Amino acid sequence: MRLRKASALAASVLALSLAATACGSGDDEGGSEGGSGGGDSITIGIKFDQPGLGLQTPDGDYAGFDVDVATYIAGELGYEPDQIEFVESPSGDRESMLQRGDVDFIVATYSITEEREQQVSFAGPYFLAHQDLLVRAGETVSSPDEINELTLCSVAGSTSAQNVQNDFAPDAQLQEMGTYSECLTGLENGAVDALTTDDSILAGYASQEVNQGKFELAGLELSDEYYGVGIPKDDTELQQQINDAIQSMVDSGAWQEAVDANLGPAGYENEPAPEIEAAS
Amino acid sequence: MTNLSVLYDAPGPRAKRRNALYAVLFVAVLGAFFWWVVRAMNDKNQLDAEKWDVFVTDSRIWTTFLWPGLQDTLIAAGLSLVIALPLGVVFGIGRLSDHWWIRRPCDVIVEFFRAVPVLLMMIFANQAYALWSDVDRDVRPLYAVVTGLVLYNASVLAEIVRAGVLTLPRGQGEAARAIGLRKGQTMVHVLLPQAVTAMLPAIVSQLVVIVKDTTLGGAMLGYSELLSNARLVSTNYANTIAAYTVAAILFIALNFLLTSLASWLENRLRRGKRGTGVVVKNDPTDPADSTSMASAIPTPQVSEPQLAAPAGVAAPGKPGTDPTP
Amino acid sequence: MFDFLDLEQYDLFGAFWTTVQLTVYSAIGSLIWGTILAGMRVSPVPIMRAFGTAYVHIFRNTPLTLIIVFCSLGLGQTLQFTMFSDEIDTTGFRLAVLGFIAYTSTFVCEALRSGINTVPVGQAEAARAIGLGFGQVLRIVVLPQAFRAVVAPLANVLIALTKNTTVAAAIGVTEAAFLMRTMIENEANLIPIALLFALGFIILTLPTGLFLGWLAKRVAVKR
Repeated sequence: MRLRKASALAASVLALSLAATACGSGDDEGGSEGGSGGGDSITIGIKFDQPGLGLQTPDGDYAGFDVDVATYIAGELGYEPDQIEFVESPSGDRESMLQRGDVDFIVATYSITEEREQQVSFAGPYFLAHQDLLVRAGETVSSPDEINELTLCSVAGSTSAQNVQNDFAPDAQLQEMGTYSECLTGLENGAVDALTTDDSILAGYASQEVNQGKFELAGLELSDEYYGVGIPKDDTELQQQINDAIQSMVDSGAWQEAVDANLGPAGYENEPAPEIEAAS
Repeated sequence: MTNLSVLYDAPGPRAKRRNALYAVLFVAVLGAFFWWVVRAMNDKNQLDAEKWDVFVTDSRIWTTFLWPGLQDTLIAAGLSLVIALPLGVVFGIGRLSDHWWIRRPCDVIVEFFRAVPVLLMMIFANQAYALWSDVDRDVRPLYAVVTGLVLYNASVLAEIVRAGVLTLPRGQGEAARAIGLRKGQTMVHVLLPQAVTAMLPAIVSQLVVIVKDTTLGGAMLGYSELLSNARLVSTNYANTIAAYTVAAILFIALNFLLTSLASWLENRLRRGKRGTGVVVKNDPTDPADSTSMASAIPTPQVSEPQLAAPAGVAAPGKPGTDPTP
Repeated sequence: MFDFLDLEQYDLFGAFWTTVQLTVYSAIGSLIWGTILAGMRVSPVPIMRAFGTAYVHIFRNTPLTLIIVFCSLGLGQTLQFTMFSDEIDTTGFRLAVLGFIAYTSTFVCEALRSGINTVPVGQAEAARAIGLGFGQVLRIVVLPQAFRAVVAPLANVLIALTKNTTVAAAIGVTEAAFLMRTMIENEANLIPIALLFALGFIILTLPTGLFLGWLAKRVAVKR
């Protein structure tokens, strides 16, 4: 299967991903005739509430970088876009969804960590994100030392919030909320100085049409978050297939296109695609 | 003003003036508060048209997010009530049983499920269905939400039913026994119908609790109820405050509708009961009780005869039986 | 099964202590505000009655999560009402207490109103006959009896309040549910974590319920 990374396929998926970001496409651009069709449908877990990564749009479709990666991988595995069923995978439920076989794999800003690797396996990584700050346009935070003076906002209990308190800014005031949208309202109102989490997520918010020009990233690299594709534990065959799919997406340029289309409007300079680990 | 409260005399000229003064002061304070809120919101651009008018101009908000969310909320709440009510009746009667081997287990079950937060029960249920059943993924969050709500609300309803039965005059049960009905018959034909009617306001406020509790299933389990869909609206349109306000209004309207419906139903049931000798008071705890709204008379006159009931479990057992979110 | 539980890293008792504090402060506040609301709803001033009714309808019918989020996002962050504190944590805690009071007081109010109902009419009439005004009738004669009649439902409200404090996690108050979220995020071990916290809440609520049930029987007005 991995031999057949026809450029036609890549192009069609690329076109599709662009269409998906532009208006959230439901149309299946012809394409991927090469796919041998691996079954009726494939179920992929994504986030529904992260602009630029995985978001349910008002049209009822899904858009974002994770969605594009998922669509590409599914394409490489032989599934047409209309054979993909996207499912919401909330953070607390991701491991069990994989263990139960609810989903075939998960592409949902899923950082590879030791604790998680005890429960599930990861393919990839397909993206390297850093924890960063999102500030109001025109304001800057040039060095990590300044963070201690700020009032930050993040999602309650998240890794980013814990990092702030335990590691790089123990003196900073931290407002924790239920969602990033709520943090964004606080940032807009001046109640907090910066929103902190992975730069990919921040760029996703800043790239939204309604937010464009209002916020910008500080550009600090406070941590390394390798996003992996979550797969059932020890499914090495699937892991290899997905690794190859990601590699092909990177090589064909579709990967960079997807990043630019989804996160580019924020002026986000992404890391190059990370080296895929042999087997974890 | 045909009914005057027993709590105060009919106002004379001085009292009227004083009341008017209080009213003016009160309105002034309230008005100042609202003025402050609106001005501050405006300062922070939270009243910008672009944040609010999408709810009118962009119908996709309703078709993609809010209506489906409302439907899911109603489905979960409806299912939960339909299952929890009979279950609650069974456990409520169980706790009144003369046999300890029925009573004790019912006691334990009811007390246990009342003590555990609903959200945790939903999480357990979600895992249990995943591990030991082949419930499909699509409906599993719904099952989990309903299970959590049923376990919790059945035990609360059991308490309501029990309190309702205990509130009835002892003579009801004794008379039924005297004409030769067995214990079961007494319960089913005599006590239960009266208890349920008397406790209708409490049951309704529990329904409101169920509707609100469906929101717990959103964030953790990914059940797409109204509030989690409102979160998606806020993510798409960057209007958190507006989206949550609209969600709150929908919840308030929905619950208001439910309570109004129930109080209408209750009045009908009561009219049917009139003359049977059962004293069922006009319960002001019903949130939609229109008479108490208009005149705010706490109607102690009506309720007096049943004061003999054990105070702890009697009438007051009803109202805020459980203010879960 | 509980080997993930590292008390150095996770301040389990501190978290539950915050839960207890939230509960106690909110309970006291709700009792006071709920009593005032009940007074308004039976008062001679029509506008106050209308306000009391509207207030109860609005706050009872809104999900608590929304009320708490409004407190933080609306009152705290948009209106910049920080509850007289510069510390974000303190502000969050106080705003949460405010939200719980706003919500729980409606249940206290409704419980009290039905408690007022259990007081025989003669009591209020006799009080008026000796020349007491509305406030005095309520304060000296009716409410003391009403309170004793509603200990049991108020106990229910208190237990529900204890469990409801978990909602404060939504605005970052570091109580039990917040710690649970953190642990779930870090440990990828859902069920044992949830079990642990369920146990904690049972330990908190069961004795309260039993004690207040006993108290209710003791103080009930024998008629």
